[in-house]
Amino acid sequence: MTSHLVIFPVVLPLLAGILLLLLPRQHLPLRRTTSLTSVFLQLATAGFLLNTVNNGEILAYALGNWSPPFGIVLVADRLAVWMLAVTALVAASALLYALRGTDNSGAHFHALFQLQLFGLNGAFLTGDLFNLFVFFEILLLASYSLLLHGGGRLKTKAGLHFVVINLVGSTLFLFAVGTLYGLLGTLNMADLAVKVTQAPAEDIALIHIAGLLLFAVFALKAALLPLYLWLPAAYAYTTATVAALFAVMTKVGAYSILRVYTLIFGAQAGSVSNLIESWLLPLALLTLIVGVLGTLASTRLRQQIAYLVIASIGTLLAAFGMNTEAGIAAGLFYLPHSTFAAAALFLLADCIANRRDVMEDQFEPGPVIQQQRLLGALFFIFAALITGLPPLSGFIGKFLILNAAMSHSALPWIMGTILITGLFTLIALARGGSMMFYRAQAPHICRIDTSSEMPRSGMSVTAELTPVLCLLVLCIALVIWAGTITEFTAGTASQLLQPELYIQSVLNLEVKPQ
Amino acid sequence: MELLIAIIIGVLTACGVYLSLRGRTFPVVLGLTFLSYAVNLFLLVMGRLTIGSPPIISDNAANYADPLPQALVLTAIVISFGMTAFVIILSLKSFLEMGNDQVDGKHRP
Repeated sequence: MTSHLVIFPVVLPLLAGILLLLLPRQHLPLRRTTSLTSVFLQLATAGFLLNTVNNGEILAYALGNWSPPFGIVLVADRLAVWMLAVTALVAASALLYALRGTDNSGAHFHALFQLQLFGLNGAFLTGDLFNLFVFFEILLLASYSLLLHGGGRLKTKAGLHFVVINLVGSTLFLFAVGTLYGLLGTLNMADLAVKVTQAPAEDIALIHIAGLLLFAVFALKAALLPLYLWLPAAYAYTTATVAALFAVMTKVGAYSILRVYTLIFGAQAGSVSNLIESWLLPLALLTLIVGVLGTLASTRLRQQIAYLVIASIGTLLAAFGMNTEAGIAAGLFYLPHSTFAAAALFLLADCIANRRDVMEDQFEPGPVIQQQRLLGALFFIFAALITGLPPLSGFIGKFLILNAAMSHSALPWIMGTILITGLFTLIALARGGSMMFYRAQAPHICRIDTSSEMPRSGMSVTAELTPVLCLLVLCIALVIWAGTITEFTAGTASQLLQPELYIQSVLNLEVKPQ
Repeated sequence: MELLIAIIIGVLTACGVYLSLRGRTFPVVLGLTFLSYAVNLFLLVMGRLTIGSPPIISDNAANYADPLPQALVLTAIVISFGMTAFVIILSLKSFLEMGNDQVDGKHRP
């Protein structure tokens, strides 16, 4: 049974998505129950897998019993399962928020949501480069439709840019995959890692090009410096639920960078070893700076959070870019924190925008909103969280990253950039928060616009804020169990830096006789 | 033949890049289509060009064509077909909602 568990996170959302397409459109409770059940089952599977791989075991699953490297394999190692768990947690919170009514403002929200999870889980689990491309396309196609969910002029404009740039990215991905196949004759990532060391000298330059093309594609998905321009508009104009789920999307790019450039182009890769080491760290630090400048220049809260996502990707990839065990471990601790915090802020921004009537989430003094104190307090907590103030999880994440940078040759750059941008993030968030909460005008209760496009059900404020509080609890859990989690991430990093473990467990996979 | 195919891929890619940098949605859609044509050809060629050799094992075959790129290119064609359909609908939607076919949604005098 456990041997088939690896494919469960991929098959479950796919089946749920197909089932949701077949369910009658008007039967909303049934669709909601199906969607929620699927997400919570994925959460349970991720938890179980996390427990299984915790001892360092790498589970490989040969689809259709084709033995690697000929068939497609799914591989659940510590990193993949860690990403699955983060995705399932964010998806559960986002879905709970969608149940307030946004899921009914367009057709097939739940089906698309499940298919997006299908793409995400598949991308984390697959051990085949072309299969990774296919799962990227699945998650992108679902995300295109989710991005436009609910309709609106600004969404369409941002969506068009998002779609076009990602299609160009997909083309580049195929060029890179094609080149690698043409030169090395395989697409299985473990097999590629072996073949790349045996490549003849005249092919090295082309392998270099293919590797860097792949980096460009992953950097586009992760929103790294020159390729981040699609993100702010796309995230700022879409619905809160989708934006919260999209907080995971950039992490897919970060995951792929970490996977491909430790496994295939890692330290053991001979003449193409550490291919992107000289690129990743400087680009990541520049991304961080640009992201924080964006938060300072933002005129709307959701735009500001979108730039915070870019800044967090900068911090994350700076940690990965150090290319040391401590750096990767610190990044893997920072990853769930930044995802949860960004998702929660998107949801919170929506709660605030709904109460501010026509002002929405613009940074202008507006009316005093309902539950001003509660929302203000939550905003304050999350601002502190994402800036990295003690004693919350952001502080531990940044502390681990800075601690890992201690032995790195670029220490002054990393330390200086992360600390100074932290200060500016704090200033930007303080400015936004005081504009919305302190400088609110006359204490009249704002009228709730019932005719707005978001149908507001009669749910109480507790139901509205439950997903936000769930994410807050997760961030606090990251602090309370920081010891256990850092042990796990350290184990993950050491597993990643020993790619021979991954290669052995995939290539020596015993296929059971029929 | 290699040279001819290489030139075709190059020209298609160049046209695709040029058109996808244009300011109106229709040329952009065309450009994306050209890019996907180029990459499909490229994938096919990555199995090396062979004439008259079967991709499936048979007793009297002297030489084989690599079947994997053909499978890859089939997948890529289906995906790019779906994506093209989607981006056409999206640009129509954008045209109807913005009132013009500029990619950035702004009128040019």
